[in-house]
Amino acid sequence: MNFDFSDEQKQMRDAARKFLAEKCPPKAVREVLDGKATYDKALWKGLAEMGFLGVAIPEEFGGAGAGHLELCVIAEEMGRALAPVPFSSTVYLAAEALLLAGSDAQKQKWLPKIAAGDAIGTLALFEGKGNPSPQAIKLSASGGTLSGVKKPVPDGAIADFAVVAARTGSTGRDADISLFLVDLKAGGVEVRSLTNIDPTHGQAELTFRNCKAEPLGAAGEGWGILTQVLDRAAVLMAFEQVGGSDRALEMGRDYALDRIAFGRPIGSFQAVKHILADMYVSATLARSNCYYGAWALSTNASELPEAAAAARISATQAFQHCSKNNIQVHGGMGFTWEFDCHMYYRRANATAVTLGSLSYWEDQLIDRMRKKNAA
Amino acid sequence: MNFDDTPQEAAFRAEAKAWIGANAPKQYEEELRKSSLGRTVLKGANILEVAKAWQKKKADAGWACLHWPKEYGGRGSSPIERVIWQQEEGPFGKLSGMFIIGHGMCGPTMMAFAGEEEKRKYLPPLASGEKVWCQLFSEPAGGSDVAGLRTRAEKTGDDWIINGQKIWTSGAHYSDYGILLTRTDPNVAKHKGLTMFFLDMKSPGVEVRPIKQASGQSDFNEVYFTDVKIPDSQRLGAVNDGWNVSLTTLMNERMSIGAGVSTGFPELFDFCNSLLLDDGPAIEDRNVRSRLANYAVKASGLKYTSMRAISALSKGDRPGPENSIGKLVAGSMVQEVAMYALDLQGAAGALSGPEDAEIAGKFQAMLLRAPGTRVEGGTDEIMRNIIAERVLGLPGDIRVDKDVPFNKIPTKGRA
Repeated sequence: MNFDFSDEQKQMRDAARKFLAEKCPPKAVREVLDGKATYDKALWKGLAEMGFLGVAIPEEFGGAGAGHLELCVIAEEMGRALAPVPFSSTVYLAAEALLLAGSDAQKQKWLPKIAAGDAIGTLALFEGKGNPSPQAIKLSASGGTLSGVKKPVPDGAIADFAVVAARTGSTGRDADISLFLVDLKAGGVEVRSLTNIDPTHGQAELTFRNCKAEPLGAAGEGWGILTQVLDRAAVLMAFEQVGGSDRALEMGRDYALDRIAFGRPIGSFQAVKHILADMYVSATLARSNCYYGAWALSTNASELPEAAAAARISATQAFQHCSKNNIQVHGGMGFTWEFDCHMYYRRANATAVTLGSLSYWEDQLIDRMRKKNAA
Repeated sequence: MNFDDTPQEAAFRAEAKAWIGANAPKQYEEELRKSSLGRTVLKGANILEVAKAWQKKKADAGWACLHWPKEYGGRGSSPIERVIWQQEEGPFGKLSGMFIIGHGMCGPTMMAFAGEEEKRKYLPPLASGEKVWCQLFSEPAGGSDVAGLRTRAEKTGDDWIINGQKIWTSGAHYSDYGILLTRTDPNVAKHKGLTMFFLDMKSPGVEVRPIKQASGQSDFNEVYFTDVKIPDSQRLGAVNDGWNVSLTTLMNERMSIGAGVSTGFPELFDFCNSLLLDDGPAIEDRNVRSRLANYAVKASGLKYTSMRAISALSKGDRPGPENSIGKLVAGSMVQEVAMYALDLQGAAGALSGPEDAEIAGKFQAMLLRAPGTRVEGGTDEIMRNIIAERVLGLPGDIRVDKDVPFNKIPTKGRA
């Protein structure tokens, strides 16, 4: 048994960490946080040059063809650095949807551009509040055009194309949903940026008015594809969340070692030590669940649906837990704009609800465990 | 990343599986499989006798204490082979409960500090379960603060005379031998005046009194020592170096991975799968599902954390610190799980008699046993200190008694 990443994969993680430490320090994240840029364009180009954007894209479509375990270790580092780039929307959602359901022509058109950093993609799924469900999709498709409103769409304001979930039937079944591919620069889509709790990662409303679209995958199979895309993205996002959890824990630990109060480092008080120990516990549980998710993702195992839900829940909990308690350990300074703690808190709580919130994934996990039990 | 055995591991697994299949006491398999925290009993059989018989059978065939050297009754196996054995032994591994302390702590301490003659004499019968060992560390005045212990050992001629009291000694009532930590010099700081021995529990002056636990059961004991004589040849390590010897004992626990701690989750999941609430199956209730999912990811997180440690062993590396979270997470979880199971049973949740209670009172027994899991073998608070200090590198607690001679340390709080 080798339930761990390989030495090569660990080297890739080290390379990503080094690269991001240099190109994506907190100062760079703050450029986007403070609204001076919509995303870090130089970093995006750099990630392409490092081969990170196309790491799981096959070579025939311009990627490195390494695989999803490699993508997992990079995702962890992206989360750790709070990289303010449309990585998750483009790589976990759009590219995965193309890989699962795209025609050869569609893959040829978009995947090489993704790998080269020349195209940003996203998934337009939600239509206001609520979790992923076929019933919630109202945006309609007829005669190759789409009409309706999607929000929130992650990185929707900077995306070049979107995978759009649309209603193509009214039987009340999953088969009512089909996916479409929309070139957002071709007109017919109105884009409005939305203020959100994590400004380092934009959200938008996309209004489609008889917008031209091409089918992605077979008609009526949209929901099935979406479910798979969400499972795959859940594992990858969970690695980002684990990266963020670890960094928040380190920040808290370092501050507790440096900060003196009552004549001693605050990290020598049990009240503070125990907060940090509990952060380590939640981050460790999440990491282990994520490793199982990574195994299932990389081998396309039948366990993936259950493993993805467990990784997602555990990593969401850990990132929320670690980021909020990192602020607590920092005391008043943790609640200033100047300290970086709030950037992790913002990211933790934004990523907790994208891809469906905790209660959605809890429900999914139990459903999937029941199915396995019954089988 | 994979869960596959190496060819060598697969061969070992096949051999172990075949032997277990042919030799395990299958008549108890179902009861052992169903047993959970607070309830490991076999109807119509004495579990201690069944356990000893299974251990002896394993020893005779060379399957006892796998990781010990052959000359001391083991098999000379690698750590990963030991884990594979535990996986294959499955529910029959629950029969090893009475040997955990002897095999996991006393044996390794003997191996590190006893003379060759003693090792050859005492270790093989310990491995085979013919002799059971206990560990005499905790005292009324030294629980989490083990080094605060007061049991005295005084040298007279070639012997040591022991007086004092130990507490929370698991299995002392059926143990043949024990390792004993004593105070040999009260005039120096507390960690510096301790000495370790091993002794025959049938020695004159040793009195074992069972403790009736809050759960009503008696797994632990008080052990009283009145002028108990121990020959100097049974001293382990140097005089006044007992603290270091005890650290060896405790460190050996780090390597014993795989004997998973009970979380109660599989039992709760099964229960919710079959339970009908007023408005439908419990498993379809939103609140129930949310609670279950939260427990599920803790249980799977622990499982895969342990797999990561096993992978390190498989590669020949030392496991990292991750596994230190196991007892902390499982201890409070099993307690919460039990409380939640009772909650789901409504007013009937208070019933614990096997005839009237839901699933024969399994969760009620779990509830009543659970507080102990958060205390024994290091309290939750000590576990958090260990994680904070050894894993995260935070400063140790300020110890006001560290450099004070032991006999000058205050012994009462509010005067």
